[in-house]
Amino acid sequence: MHKLLTDHPGQKLLLLGNEAIARGAVEAGVAFASTYPGTPSSEISFNLFQISRESDLYFEYSTNEKVALEVSAAAANAGVRSMCMMKHVGLNVAADVLMTLAYLGTKGGMVIVTADDPFMFSSQNEQDNRYYAKLSGLPQLEPSSVEEAKAMIPYAFDLSEKLGEPVLFRTTTRINHSNAVVTLGEIRDRKAKGDFVKNPFQYVCVPAVSRKLHVQLLENMDKARHMAETSAYNFAEGQGKWGIVCNGVSYNYVSDAVADLKIGDRTRILRLGFSHPLPEKMIKDFLRECEKVLVVEEGEPVMEEAVKAFAQEAGLTLSIRGKAPDLFSRLYEFDPAMVRKGMAVFFGLPCPAPAVPDLSDLPAIPQRPPTLCAGCSHRATYYAVKKAAEGRETIYPSDIGCYTLGFLPPLSMADFVICMGASVGTSCGFSKVTDKKVIAFIGDSTFFHSGIAGLINAVFNRHNFTLVILDNGTTAMTGHQPHPGVDMTKLKMEGYGRVSIEAVVRGIGVEHVTVIKPFQVKKSIAAVREALDFQGVSVIISQEMCSLYAKSLKEHKARPFSVDPEKCRNHRNCIDDLACPAFYLNKDGGVAIDPELCWGCAVCVQICPEKAIVPVKK
Amino acid sequence: MDIKRLIIVAVGGQGNLLASRVIGEAAMLSDVAVRMSEIHGMAQRGGVVESAIVFGDARSTIISDGEADLLVGFEPAETLRALNKCNGKTTVITNLSPLSPFTVTIGKAVYPKLSQIQELIRAKTGKLIAFDARNLAEQAGNVMAVNMVLVGAIAQTGILPISAENFRQAIRSKTKKAFAEVNLRAFDLGFAEAGKTG
Repeated sequence: MHKLLTDHPGQKLLLLGNEAIARGAVEAGVAFASTYPGTPSSEISFNLFQISRESDLYFEYSTNEKVALEVSAAAANAGVRSMCMMKHVGLNVAADVLMTLAYLGTKGGMVIVTADDPFMFSSQNEQDNRYYAKLSGLPQLEPSSVEEAKAMIPYAFDLSEKLGEPVLFRTTTRINHSNAVVTLGEIRDRKAKGDFVKNPFQYVCVPAVSRKLHVQLLENMDKARHMAETSAYNFAEGQGKWGIVCNGVSYNYVSDAVADLKIGDRTRILRLGFSHPLPEKMIKDFLRECEKVLVVEEGEPVMEEAVKAFAQEAGLTLSIRGKAPDLFSRLYEFDPAMVRKGMAVFFGLPCPAPAVPDLSDLPAIPQRPPTLCAGCSHRATYYAVKKAAEGRETIYPSDIGCYTLGFLPPLSMADFVICMGASVGTSCGFSKVTDKKVIAFIGDSTFFHSGIAGLINAVFNRHNFTLVILDNGTTAMTGHQPHPGVDMTKLKMEGYGRVSIEAVVRGIGVEHVTVIKPFQVKKSIAAVREALDFQGVSVIISQEMCSLYAKSLKEHKARPFSVDPEKCRNHRNCIDDLACPAFYLNKDGGVAIDPELCWGCAVCVQICPEKAIVPVKK
Repeated sequence: MDIKRLIIVAVGGQGNLLASRVIGEAAMLSDVAVRMSEIHGMAQRGGVVESAIVFGDARSTIISDGEADLLVGFEPAETLRALNKCNGKTTVITNLSPLSPFTVTIGKAVYPKLSQIQELIRAKTGKLIAFDARNLAEQAGNVMAVNMVLVGAIAQTGILPISAENFRQAIRSKTKKAFAEVNLRAFDLGFAEAGKTG
């Protein structure tokens, strides 16, 4: 049995934040869940995916976050408790649904998890999704710890049902990827089937209906504000005239700093966990007790601006600060010492600086950037495209996935990356206004996510570029989740369809479509060259399974190679052009291959001018 | 109890996250409050994996520069890179078996000398325990058991209020059955080695 289905209330488990959130969903009786994977949210959905295979929970990997939110919104409006989870930028994709779903509301409880990533450990930006709560008018909960994350999820579902609208559940990486001891609670029964009762004046958002629904949304915000005033997740603690308003993980750093600075007798903390709509009365009452207030929040000054506005309404003139050059930055994530220092500065206290040793005499330590794996098909495709494009001036728009790592030398195969799917749309613009050859790269999962619309645009508007679809048979970057092109029988799972990328591309009307096997170097180069010569939109589909995925499916059979020192003339094309991590230089400076790392893709074999790379003898 | 802060740095694939789970489980068995955080974005693709584990009455799950009581490096250059987490009293445990970054293996960067790494760590921290954990893992029966060798060394320092027996119990319950014996041997070898070095 899946450990998150353990039905022993009171038992303690050491859980990852994302496991705790999934467990919270189980305890809340969630019967329906959908997602598009994205760090740092991915383990929530992966656990629910596993749980769905041994219970009546319905779970799906949807094509993108917009679809995922629509799928869950419908289930919720048929009365089934539904959860939809995504990384912060995923909510941009789903924002169109979110903004009007807020008007329509939901019948069964619905929680939308948005996992923000301050410092961008694995993201393209560090946007603060608390603005989505403000923008949509929906209630928002923010846990400060792993334990609280689990406890808050059932509360979020109850809240959603009381208000008749979805609840936003906003985490940051340090909640998702922290571990702590969690006490299991009761598991509520799941209700997997619902019914939809027609009511066009609630559910069909034509202007006349929406004008009434907006009134309803504002009334709901008032109701939610009242609930926030008495919610156990908003609380003041401590005594004194120095005030601190905080949320999320900042509360932990503030609590530890109060102890470190020994100011417990002078400091009062307001922790806001039900943080939209803000509890206006509670905040004004708090401000009245304080001489000065520091707002400690990662990201944007969302609470700070609100608290200052409340003070103005209440006629209070105390100093309220947060984001400032001498206090806190909008950039990156906080840490305990940073918060301690900000508090010391604001309250005029001495702050012992952390005694970091002088490290100025350390030698240069070679970096260890993540690289494409040995046997990664992306490397082979990049090599083929690079060779085929020799002699042309090129622009390489690329997309979000493992293959983005190809931007590093020596491959240097990404020039412009914005967001999921943007390689195709930006290629339309680049090819129109420049005379360079535009060659775009997109992964299979990303193509389904949001590449297709760009390709339709390109065919309709007669753009001129080559799109290379890197089809490695899985969503590799986030941990091998399925997508619509995946053969689910390989995962021993029944009941799924399968969408052919080639059929989609041909169906759109792309006239020049070629499928290549990138480990066949010469053939691939020739096929890409033809595609580049084609005037109009051409598509190369480069098919080869992700090496890590193949290993996990036990489908990897190729044998490793080695360098024959008799033949090798040290041209080093293998190292300089491919940068495969299986290569190394031996003690004599000769090229060698680590048989433990070599995948056996044989791409290097085909480019070695001396034919010096040979199979390892049995 | 006093708050204790442990940082573990490793290269993806060295089993840092499993070691952290074992340590967390052992803390639970010892009724020691424990919180940890991990950054493992691209671990499978050769990047650095860092875990922070905070024991005792603290709420934070991360550790600021200069505030680690114990730094454990599964790879010598990574230990050196993480010295910013240490202060003059920090105890450092490091494996001395290097995993060269790709830039080094292809001759485009230089790996610092092991003797220099050890001298620098000794000069800047409270105590250094350094040995070849890979060698001990091989003696235990599996080169992949480097992580459990180092957990053994952590246990030996006595810095964490967790008994060796609770570590052993956590290894039995959190690592795969087939590897439990090897892992326990690795733990014992690391424990004994840390007693000799330093």
